[in-house]
Amino acid sequence: MTKVSMKVNGKAVSRDVPDETLLSDFLRENLRLTGTHVGCDTAQCGACVVHVDGKALKSCAALAVALEGAEVTTIEGLADGELHPMQKAFNDAHGLQCGFCTPGMIMTSVDIVNRYKAAGKALAEADIRRELEGNICRCTGYQNIVKAVSQAAGEM
Amino acid sequence: MYPTKYHKPSSVADAVALLTGGEDAAILAGGQTLLTTMKQHLAAPSDLVDVRGLGLRGITSAGGAVTIGATTTHAEVAASGKVPAALEGLAAGIGDPQVRNAGTIGGSLANNDPAADYPAAVLAMGATVNTSKREIGADDYFRGLFDTALDDDEIIIAVRFPAAERAGYAKFRHPASRFALVGVFVAKTAGSVRVAVTGAGESGVFRHAGLEAALTADWSADAVDGIEVSAEGLMSDIHGDAEYRANLIKVMAKRAVAAS
Amino acid sequence: MSTGIGARVKRKEDKRFITGRGKFTDDVRVDNQAYAAFVRSPHAHAKVKGIDKSAALAMDGVIDVLDGQQLGADGIGNLICGWAITSKNGSPMNMGAWSALATDKVRFVGNAVAVVIAETAAKARIAAEAVAVDYEELPAVARADKALAKGAPQIHDNAPGNLIFDWELGDKAATDAALKGAAHVTEISLTNNRLSPNAIEPRSAVAIYDQAEDHYTLYTTSQNPHVARLVLSAFYQVAPEHKLRVIAPDVGGGFGSKIYIYPEEIVCLWASMKTNRSVKWTAHRAESFITDSHGRDHITTARMGFDAKNRIVGFDVDTIANFGAYMSLFSSAVPTYLYATLLSGQYDIQNIHCNVRAVYTNTVPVDAYRGAGRPEACFLVERLMETAARELGVSPSELRRTNFIREFPHQTPVIMNYDVGDFEANLDQALKAADVAGFAARRKEAAARGKLRGLGFSSYIEACGIAPSAAVGSLGSGVGLWESAEVRVNPVGTIEILTGSHSHGQSHETTFAQIVAERFDLPIENVSIVHGDTDKVQFGMGTYGSRSGAVGMSAIVKAMDKVEAKVKKIAAHVLEASEDDIVIEGGQVKVAGTDKAMGWHEVGLAAYTAHNLPPDMEPGLKEGAFYDPANFTFPAGTYICEVEVDPETGEVEIVQFTASDDFGTLINPTVVEGQVQGGITQGIGQAILEQVVYDDAGQLITGSYMDYAMPRADDVPSYGVHHTSTVCPNNPLGMKGCGEAGAIGSPPAVINAITDAIGNNDLAMPATPQAVWKAIQAAQ
Repeated sequence: MTKVSMKVNGKAVSRDVPDETLLSDFLRENLRLTGTHVGCDTAQCGACVVHVDGKALKSCAALAVALEGAEVTTIEGLADGELHPMQKAFNDAHGLQCGFCTPGMIMTSVDIVNRYKAAGKALAEADIRRELEGNICRCTGYQNIVKAVSQAAGEM
Repeated sequence: MYPTKYHKPSSVADAVALLTGGEDAAILAGGQTLLTTMKQHLAAPSDLVDVRGLGLRGITSAGGAVTIGATTTHAEVAASGKVPAALEGLAAGIGDPQVRNAGTIGGSLANNDPAADYPAAVLAMGATVNTSKREIGADDYFRGLFDTALDDDEIIIAVRFPAAERAGYAKFRHPASRFALVGVFVAKTAGSVRVAVTGAGESGVFRHAGLEAALTADWSADAVDGIEVSAEGLMSDIHGDAEYRANLIKVMAKRAVAAS
Repeated sequence: MSTGIGARVKRKEDKRFITGRGKFTDDVRVDNQAYAAFVRSPHAHAKVKGIDKSAALAMDGVIDVLDGQQLGADGIGNLICGWAITSKNGSPMNMGAWSALATDKVRFVGNAVAVVIAETAAKARIAAEAVAVDYEELPAVARADKALAKGAPQIHDNAPGNLIFDWELGDKAATDAALKGAAHVTEISLTNNRLSPNAIEPRSAVAIYDQAEDHYTLYTTSQNPHVARLVLSAFYQVAPEHKLRVIAPDVGGGFGSKIYIYPEEIVCLWASMKTNRSVKWTAHRAESFITDSHGRDHITTARMGFDAKNRIVGFDVDTIANFGAYMSLFSSAVPTYLYATLLSGQYDIQNIHCNVRAVYTNTVPVDAYRGAGRPEACFLVERLMETAARELGVSPSELRRTNFIREFPHQTPVIMNYDVGDFEANLDQALKAADVAGFAARRKEAAARGKLRGLGFSSYIEACGIAPSAAVGSLGSGVGLWESAEVRVNPVGTIEILTGSHSHGQSHETTFAQIVAERFDLPIENVSIVHGDTDKVQFGMGTYGSRSGAVGMSAIVKAMDKVEAKVKKIAAHVLEASEDDIVIEGGQVKVAGTDKAMGWHEVGLAAYTAHNLPPDMEPGLKEGAFYDPANFTFPAGTYICEVEVDPETGEVEIVQFTASDDFGTLINPTVVEGQVQGGITQGIGQAILEQVVYDDAGQLITGSYMDYAMPRADDVPSYGVHHTSTVCPNNPLGMKGCGEAGAIGSPPAVINAITDAIGNNDLAMPATPQAVWKAIQAAQ
């Protein structure tokens, strides 16, 4: 057991956890933030994506104890009250069906737009599709997800 | 996951001591391979020695050569603007954006997955792997599938790539894993031409003498046309048998040269 | 903005998902929580000689280790297949016993042998590895054709030669005669590749036993919680129905794989009672690959005969269907009544015969996966049409047009009676939308870039709205396939719809509310949908076979009819008018042509205060209905795929995909388009990416996303999705269903396009880069 402290969705948290605890388990089981999902065991599906110190990360491939002092944002903390433009865009564009991959998709998509904006780059459909490589959706066929990201890119 | 003990040393010496002291200690860098392997119960290190607190992150260049710290992430290499375009492109094509934010060059080289991208660059560029013990030339570093010249208690510090007149990388993605089904890195450095192939060899990354000879004589995609790439010694699996991989080596070599 | 039928209403259910507040089964954690991990066979076929639990039992945190002997001793029954198929010689199907925990023999890699219950999931999993099972390995067989060969390993004693049934449909003699007299016969041999459904939410179960009440609650990832309860009670004897509550909360995709009741759910319930702990199990993805039912896996040869005018005269089909190691719940219906009955396609064919042999192999059980039987039929028919067009030297679209059924209703020779359709309308719409006229120029331009460009068609038909109960009963189904609904108008006028349909991505909370908002002219916010809980909803058959609209919504309409009748009676009484003059609009219940009116909510209040109701009327405003469809529905359409192939690598790029579908009435076009887009992507996945592969020893090669290629965003383009409409005459809303069409219609369009591009018709699914490159080499 190791005590790990980090800031999750703006709040300081501290828990004693076994060293092998993955960030995804820490969020889901220790903090009961169950919006972060786990859909595979090979770090490929992306349902578990969160932001760590401003960068998109697969929380199933990171140890909680290695993130002492980190700032973590999960889907629950993306917006306070009002929806984030990306959340709104997923609703507007029908970018989700079953909703299981959605938290990871939204966290990834926010990161994509942030990076492209910071670099002053335009975000074309082909870019969005390539950047979504690490997130698998079985329901939507991606078309409306791409549409949502494109919409939000204009609003963020 | 099996229980393990996590350590985050702040000096290379401490890290080496932990590696030596642990029953079955493993180095943790980006964790994109190690943690997923542990999650699947395919690995059970007693101790994890995190090398991300050792100050091994960053890219420096001098006289055309670049040195990349072992814990520099793929995303940092891809966006650095400090490394040759072929390396930047290679780093930008590893895994997916989230994996690139965590995975490191040192981790990739220490793991030496036969389908990883970096080994092709290191071997083709004739790079040097600087470790906690020594400097290892690329030709001595790669030993086979998931096998390198590294000792159990040896930590990669940085990788030094010499200046290249021309360098290019072309990768044909595995349809499922998105690793290299075949990747070919071509490089012309200090008068010598080297071609390294990843994803295809039964013993991991390898240099291709025929392609090197052809490109030494004529650095052009057309020069590759006349070369026979043998299927012997190449991997066969459901996504590509040896014959198909041999074809891809040739096609990727041409595309790598064209991109150089 | 309208929120009624045909309106593009934004989904009401989205908010909880986009904010991370959905409640999936693995999110459920209860008091007294323990965790299950299964001990699974590493062998494809072996005798179980003994199980040594001692090491596991001694481990920290382990509560108990349970096995199949104990399960059997407690009277838990074997898993069953619920659809009886009779072989052509009159004998019943040979169903082998499937115990939730194997006792004597294991028959596929992943077959559960025992379960460990421990304090944490990690401890359970580690302890499961410490359970020592003594296996005696047996030879194994993974391919269906090899399982039928002489000397193949015998998998179940009661299925000699591994044959489950040898079944036929149609007139063999007439079809043979027609083929004999044909001017041209096109032959084809093909496989329909085995797929893994891969809902992104892994299956999960939380079983809670209440010792004081002797009552069980099961949270589980189910498409049909009532069917789960029925089967768990009536067949597996886990608990009687009134002592078992099944809750399917938010479910992360199903695609068929969450219809069935698997060993894990049974064992968790039983183990909860045995240990007096709440028991939770969630699959990790590697476990999903070896436990979730697989789909497809057919080997087929077929002949289609044409007369001199290119009209189809006869069609003979011989299929071997791989069922895996055990018969899953609906497995036997898939390659029979959901497959052979659709072999007429969109075409007027007088003579069809189909023979199907169902076969045991040492692989994961196979059952319905999005489309279930219909994709296999469509792939066969549409590959044949394209192949025949090439052989006959005619345009593929014109060969289809020549053979289209034009008059409805149309009785096919394979049971189905098509009620309505306009196949030419779809073909013409697709031809135009895909700019097929401009294809030659695009092909030329691609050639200049060194790319091979190809065009492929698929004119699909499917049978949805599953299903008329009497009809399926006569064909062997063990259950009726109606649906139920209850419309509950509250005293303040808001409405709850309780439905037996289950939404796991289908958007019911929005579309079901739309038909209520339209009917009673109320704000859609005033309507909520309740589903997925056997304690709340009366009964229901669940969601699969594109049935929630055509069957589920029809039940709601029937219940609304009753509510409307009562509302009008109350209003007529209160307003002293004739029932016939009462109209419902704008939130009011009015007497037409007068200013006499009550608010909708006032009628609700009147019903519940019961101070002034018509004589003999019961208080309250709540009506239920069961709807049993009169016929299947027949969604149909034409898909056109355009590809570019890189001849150097064999890599295929889908450059354009055009869909024209006829789903009858659309409740919410945005939702329908989403279903089609998702379906097409799964179909493209089957065509070029996905395949479950076993080696000859029955070991699974594609056990993770490292080897099983899932379609990703950059594998596919955006599609052109278009609609025509012929209204279905057999249900009140005129709907046909849209959930499976995309997955059914798209694979042949893709393969037809690739084979057109490369000039070699011999190409199997999945058309991976390697397969395409080899086909190009073979053609040179």
